Amino acid sequence: MRIAIMSDIHANREAFDACLAHAERQGFDRLAFLGDLAGYGADPQYVVDRVARFAEAGAIVLKGNHDEGAALGNGAGMNEYARRAIEWTFQTLDEDSRKFLLGLPFSIEEEERLYVHSDAAMPSDWRYINDAASAERSMRATSQRITFCGHVHIPQLYNMSAQKPAQYFEPKPNTAIPLIGQRQWLAVMGAVGQPRDKNPAAAYAILDLDKKNLTYFRVAYDMEPTAKKIHAAGLPAMLAARLFIGR
Amino acid sequence: MSKYDIHEGDVIDGFMIGKQLHTGGMAVLWNATHPDYEGELVFKVPKILEGDDPTVIVGFEMEMMILPRLTGPHVPKVFRIGDFAAIPYIAMEFIRGETLFPALERAPLPIEEVVTIARKVTTALIDIHRQKVIHHDIKPSNIIMRPSGEAVFIDFGLSRHQELPDLLEAEFNLPMGTAPYISPEQVRHFRAEPRSDLFSLGVLLYHLCTGERPFGLPRSRQGLKSRLWRDPVPPRKIRPEIPPWLQEVILRCLEVKAANRYPTASRLAFSLQNPDSVRLTTRAEKTQRDSLMTVFRRWLKVRALPPLESHSIGAPSASIVMVAVDLDEKYHYLAEALLDHTSRLLSTMSDVRLACVNVNKMSTVFMSDPFDDQGRNVHIQRLVELRDWARPIALASEKISFHVLEHMDPAEALIEFAMSNHADQILLCARGAGNYRRFLGSVSSQVVARAPCTVTVVRAPSPVGEKPPAANEMAT
Repeated sequence: MRIAIMSDIHANREAFDACLAHAERQGFDRLAFLGDLAGYGADPQYVVDRVARFAEAGAIVLKGNHDEGAALGNGAGMNEYARRAIEWTFQTLDEDSRKFLLGLPFSIEEEERLYVHSDAAMPSDWRYINDAASAERSMRATSQRITFCGHVHIPQLYNMSAQKPAQYFEPKPNTAIPLIGQRQWLAVMGAVGQPRDKNPAAAYAILDLDKKNLTYFRVAYDMEPTAKKIHAAGLPAMLAARLFIGR
Repeated sequence: MSKYDIHEGDVIDGFMIGKQLHTGGMAVLWNATHPDYEGELVFKVPKILEGDDPTVIVGFEMEMMILPRLTGPHVPKVFRIGDFAAIPYIAMEFIRGETLFPALERAPLPIEEVVTIARKVTTALIDIHRQKVIHHDIKPSNIIMRPSGEAVFIDFGLSRHQELPDLLEAEFNLPMGTAPYISPEQVRHFRAEPRSDLFSLGVLLYHLCTGERPFGLPRSRQGLKSRLWRDPVPPRKIRPEIPPWLQEVILRCLEVKAANRYPTASRLAFSLQNPDSVRLTTRAEKTQRDSLMTVFRRWLKVRALPPLESHSIGAPSASIVMVAVDLDEKYHYLAEALLDHTSRLLSTMSDVRLACVNVNKMSTVFMSDPFDDQGRNVHIQRLVELRDWARPIALASEKISFHVLEHMDPAEALIEFAMSNHADQILLCARGAGNYRRFLGSVSSQVVARAPCTVTVVRAPSPVGEKPPAANEMAT
């Protein structure tokens, strides 16, 4: 069983399609979407429709802070760019899509795995995992052996054994990393639709349950049309510009 | 007693457990068989005593991550690993053959035997370094010699894979090596230095040559640290018949600063393969340990050492480049183009070893005359021409070597040389096109097809006014 795990698509149709096509070439049996389908990008309806169809077919789909905001039309607590995108997305999405987003769960547990959009310690608080301390807080909050999350748009991998602090590792794309041993693992997915690790290529990963390993991938895609649609929609220009530099 | 209660006759995931082979500090090894896998296997289970510090398991976790990724004759093949949720184990190939441990008890060994062992272990080291792994525990009991001759490393419990999380980084309670063999940087808990393995190999060679351990058998942390400032007794002082070149090699491996050792295992292998090319320095002639004043100064410096910086495995700048030179005067323009190309390549590399090679083609039918029609020794004449060709490159003498190979098949000769010297790159010329070579295959196309490394084929047009030699002359 191979699970393709994607997070933070952020209404980026081209990046999403490129990752799906890449995952199909790699081979997968199941999909998991760790939230933030919408927000920032100009194709929320397309992304939500497609993910909803995957959900009907058994995909894991979680709620992210932008999904919640877009469903309610409430960008409170977000920065100016994000708030304007949330308002635009709320106007753009149809009623069913808003309901779909609002009804998504914060987290899902399956066997020894936990899927969550952000920090497992308090999923509805949307805290970032961006260092060993925040990773440790999240891992201590769950008894599941492996956690998958997104939210911060930077691929990271942490492991932690009993009575030891969490250890950070920078995963190298295309390298299968065994998630084994007597320890917990926390795998932070990069973003499909808006990478922020200075690498503009779309990010996702595939978990192989039989081989017990996780492989991070980066997928190059043409972001010109994505950017043009962001401009055409009247969304903040900065949301298009950042795609090209991955920040 | 291990926490994992295993007995002869048990069946675990289809593995039928046989006799207990060995109990080590960290693990218990069982003989095993499995209907899906041919022959005898080794079933390795971590030894965790109840109430033990859980950190002793980390080495086993590390080995479970690394060993299944490695391939080739220099590591045991892994068939399956067990899950911690049930019982953690590594089921792997049973390697017939002896470890190097008994050789240690026979030490000092004949010099030739030491050099043979050194070559085999270095070849194995090149292979695991190319697979991005630092072993970190090179010692006689972790090396098995296959009946077919290859050295095999076992026990990757302290190893580090460049592309996997290093679980041992956080484990400061664990012994991070074996006391006599541990490198200075491992003593300092630095694990990102592939040349640590060269240091341990140096300790092994020193011991095999002299019958003595260069740094004794320290039992305390302070004892371990003394190798940061105290140099070992020069091997030739213990055993004067050790050739100076071998002392040079061993002491270079044992340099405290990794930067002063061989840059890569391949470069060490090159020295072992070509003793004549080893440039002898003060290391070769050393007959005494350094003066106490020098040692004291080093000791003072150690107290204020800067943090270590990681060095990637097989740094591309430390390559072995092999250039196959066509010395035929008719093709002078090819030799010039090759020289130009070689110079430009070298200018992009900071620390390179250049092996200039020419093949003296032997006749398949007649005995070759060692003298040409002017009565000159062909071999020596070729060496002279090779040196002359390379003169404009102006590399330091220890960075360049010259080899005239005598062989009936030039392509075969070049490929053999590249393999036995672990060349990272081959540069050679193609003489041209033509029907003859299209059907029989040129030397360059054979080398491109079969060499184990990067091959660059240089072509150049014949100068205006010169006709390229006829195709049937280009049978080499």
